[in-house]
Amino acid sequence: MTLHTPGPESPAPGASAARLIYARPEVLRDRSTHYCPGCGHGVVHRLLAEVLTELDLPAHTIAVAPVGCAVFAYDYLDIDFVEAPHGRAPAVATGIRRVRPEAFVLTYQGDGDLAAIGTAEIVHAAARGERITAIFVNNGIYGMTGGQMAPTTLLGQKTTSSPFGRDAALMGYPIRITEMLAQLPGVTYAARGTIADVGSIGKLKAMIKRACQVQMEGGGFAIVEALSNCPVGWGMTPQQSIEHLKGPVVEAYPLGVIVDRGAVAQPTHDLGCPSPAHPEA
Amino acid sequence: MTGEREPGAQADANRRARVLMKGNEAIAEAAIQAGCDAYFGYPITPQAELLEWMARRMLELGRVFIQAESELGAINMALGAAATGARVMVSSSSPGISLMAEAMSYMAGSGTPMVLVNIMRAGPGLGGIGPSQSDYFQATKGHGHGDYRVPVLAPASIGEAMELMATSFELAERYRTPVMLVADGILGQAMEPVDLRFRTPERQTFDWALTGAAGRPGRVIKSIDLDPEVLERRNLDLQHKYREIARRETRWEGWQLHDADLVIVAYGTAARVARTAIERAREKGIRVGLFRPITLWPFPSHELARLSRHVGGILTVELSAGQMVEDVRLAVEGRCPVAFHGRMGGLVPTPDEVMGALKALKGRVDRIASPERHAHMAPVSRWHEPPERTEAEPWIHERVRRGGRR
Amino acid sequence: MDHSVVFAGFGGQGLLFTGQVLARAAIKDGLEVFWIPSYGPEMRGGTASCTVIVGDTPIGSPVVDRFDAAVAMNLPSLRKFAPRVAPAGLLLMNTSLLGDEETGRSDLVEMHLQCTDLAALCGDDKLVSVVALGALVARTGWVTPDSVRAALREMAGKKRPEVVDADLGAFDAGFEAGAATP
Repeated sequence: MTLHTPGPESPAPGASAARLIYARPEVLRDRSTHYCPGCGHGVVHRLLAEVLTELDLPAHTIAVAPVGCAVFAYDYLDIDFVEAPHGRAPAVATGIRRVRPEAFVLTYQGDGDLAAIGTAEIVHAAARGERITAIFVNNGIYGMTGGQMAPTTLLGQKTTSSPFGRDAALMGYPIRITEMLAQLPGVTYAARGTIADVGSIGKLKAMIKRACQVQMEGGGFAIVEALSNCPVGWGMTPQQSIEHLKGPVVEAYPLGVIVDRGAVAQPTHDLGCPSPAHPEA
Repeated sequence: MTGEREPGAQADANRRARVLMKGNEAIAEAAIQAGCDAYFGYPITPQAELLEWMARRMLELGRVFIQAESELGAINMALGAAATGARVMVSSSSPGISLMAEAMSYMAGSGTPMVLVNIMRAGPGLGGIGPSQSDYFQATKGHGHGDYRVPVLAPASIGEAMELMATSFELAERYRTPVMLVADGILGQAMEPVDLRFRTPERQTFDWALTGAAGRPGRVIKSIDLDPEVLERRNLDLQHKYREIARRETRWEGWQLHDADLVIVAYGTAARVARTAIERAREKGIRVGLFRPITLWPFPSHELARLSRHVGGILTVELSAGQMVEDVRLAVEGRCPVAFHGRMGGLVPTPDEVMGALKALKGRVDRIASPERHAHMAPVSRWHEPPERTEAEPWIHERVRRGGRR
Repeated sequence: MDHSVVFAGFGGQGLLFTGQVLARAAIKDGLEVFWIPSYGPEMRGGTASCTVIVGDTPIGSPVVDRFDAAVAMNLPSLRKFAPRVAPAGLLLMNTSLLGDEETGRSDLVEMHLQCTDLAALCGDDKLVSVVALGALVARTGWVTPDSVRAALREMAGKKRPEVVDADLGAFDAGFEAGAATP
C-alpha cells in the first residue's frame, strides 16, 4: 500500500530505519475512537482516510455526518464536516454540492439513518443524480441507541426491539436499498462490500475509491454499502460477529458491484463546474 | 406601513413609477436582489408563486434552485448550503414549516444562518389555505426542540416585506441564526405598488464556513455535545446571543399613539384592519392608537410595558385564537385591561368587528375608571362567534338533510 | 379616502385581470391601491372574484365590510355580494347573464349593463369585465380613463398584443355606456 502523505512517525529521507510499509494517513486523527471493541466503523473510517489521501481529496472535501454511531466521524477524520439531522445527510449534501461545485462532497450514513428515517432523502438525491459519494455502513441494527431492530435486520434476528426475533409477518422484510437505488439512472455507481476479512477489505477499499473517482470525473450519484458488524448489538463476541457477517449477512446482502454506468453521459444537471481535482480550473 | 405619503413633485413621480407586484413574487425578487445564492422549496398553497418565481429567476441568474422531495429535504439542503457560507433561503406555508422544525433546531444549535419565509395558512393539521396568524406560537416559542429562539419579522405590506427580506439575511449572518419572515396568505396573494429599490446586505467572510480544509484543520458545524457541562456552556452562549438580539434588534411601529386612550396591538394584516378601525373610531371621537410589533421575537415588551402605563386599555387583534395576546399580557403585567379579538379558519376580522371590540373595551375601561376598578381588572378574551353557531352544530344539520345516520 | 370594489363572476371572465388593470391605473394616477383575489377552493368551483381598494392614503384593511361598488357578472356573485354593498353604493349588474334578477336591496345605485353583449360586439365576449371596468370608471371617476387605457396597453400588450385594440374598444364601449346610463 502506497501512501502519498505518510504520518508523523515516518522516517526522514535517507534515515536508516526499518522500511515503513504501513502508516496512519494524516487525515485520520491520532486518537482512539468511541466505537465498541470489534466494531467495523473503524475499518471503514480507515479505508476512507486512505482513499481520500490517495486521491488528494482532504483539502477539497466537505463531509456530512449522520445521526447514529458515526455521528462523531468528524472527531476522527480531519476534514470539514457538517452534522445532519437523522436521515437527512443526502439533502444536506445536495445543498453543499449545488453551492460548492468545486468541492468533493461525501456522506457517511448507517442503515437506520439511510434505510429507515432517511429513505426519501437518499432516493431523491440518487434520483437527481447528485454528484455526491455516499458511504453506507450496514450493520443491521441501531447500535447507538442500544441495539434495536433496523430495516436491514435479518429475519429471525433478535434485537432489543424484536426480542423474539424479526418476524416478517409483523415487521416486514429486510431492505436491499442499494439494489433499489441502483435502478435509478442518476446512480452512476452502486456496490456492496464488507469488512469481514482482509480480502474483502481490499475489495471494499477499491469500491470506495471507485465511488470517489466517479464524483471526481463528473459522474452522478455513487454509493458503497459496507456490510459491517455490531458485536455488542448482536450479542456476540467480535469473532462470532465476523463469522455471522460472512455467513447469513452476506447471504442476505450479496457482495459485488451492482451497477457501474461509467462517469459520463449522466442525464442529470450540468453544473458546468470543474472537477474537484482542479478546483481553480 | 402607516407612514404618510411624502409631498412634492419628485415624490409624486416616484409614486407613479411604482410597479404592481404580488406579495409572493415581490418577496422572492427581494430575496434574489438581497443576494440569495440558493433557494430550496416544495409546493404548497398559498406560497406556490414564491417557488415558481424562484424556479425561473434563480436559474436565469445561474444560481441554485431545487424543488425538493419534501420540506424536510428542502430545509436540509439549505442547511448544507448554508454551512458552506452561502446566502440561503427556504419558503413554505404552515404545514410545511412544521416539517422544517427539526432542521431549524439543528441550525439554531449549530449557528447556521438561513432565512425562512412562512406564508401562513389556517390550521391545525391540513386546515385550510385561507390567511392566518395561527403560527405565532410556532414561530416565536418553538418549531423544534431545545432552548432556542429565532428572530421573527412580520411585515404588514408587500413593500415592507421586501425591505425585511434584506434585513432577514443581515440578521441571519450577523448572529449566525435562522431568521423567519412570517406573513399571512393575504400578503402572499395580494398585489400592491412597490418601489423596485432593493438592498443587498454586504458580504461577510465567515471563519466558520466549510470550504474544504486546505491549509487549516477541519472545521465542524454541529449541535451535538454529549458532555452536559459543555452543552450548558453552549446554551449559555446562545442565551447571551438572544439577549443581544433582543437588546439591539427589536422593531415595532406606533401610529396615533400620542393621545390614545386605547391601543390596538396587532401585526401583519391584522394591523391593517386595525388601522382602518382606528380611523373609524377616531371619527366617532374614540381616541385609539396602534402598536404594531415588527419583530414578533424579540417582542417589543419594554415599549409596550411603558405604553401600558399611560393608556386605559389594550385590544389585541389577531387571525388566531389568541397567541400574541399572551406576550401582550406578559408585557402589560395587569397594568390595564387586555382584551382580544380574533378570527380563525382563514377568516379575517373586519374593521366593523374590531370597532365592536373597541367599543366593548371602552365600556370596560370607563367602568374601571370608577372606584371599584379592581373588580374589573381580570383580562377577558372574546372570539368572534358567528350567530349560527349558537344553534345546533352544522354537522347535525348535514346529517338531518341526508336523512339520518350514514 | 378609500374606495373599494369587488369584481365577481365566473372564472374566465377576466375578473382578476381587470382588477389588475384598475390597480395599475391607480398607480399611474399616483394613488395607493391594494388588489386581492379570492384564492383557494372556490376559484376551482368556477367562481372568481377580486377586490380592489383605491385610496389617496396608504391602504388599511385588506378586508372590506361594505363595498363602495360591486360588479356582479353572474347570479352567484349577485347573491353573494349584493348584501355587502354599502348603502347608496354602486351595483353594476351584467344583465346579459342576470336578466331582470332582483338585488333584494332598495338602497343601492343599480347599473344595468349588457356587458357580455357589448363585449361580443367589440370582438370577444371574454372582454366582459373590461366593459364593466369602463362603466365603473365612467360612473365613479376613481381613476382617469387615460390611465386605464395605458394600463390596458401595458398588460394586454405584454401577453396578447393582437387583442389590445379590442380591449381598448371594450373599455371605451363600457365607459360610454356608463356615462350615458342614468
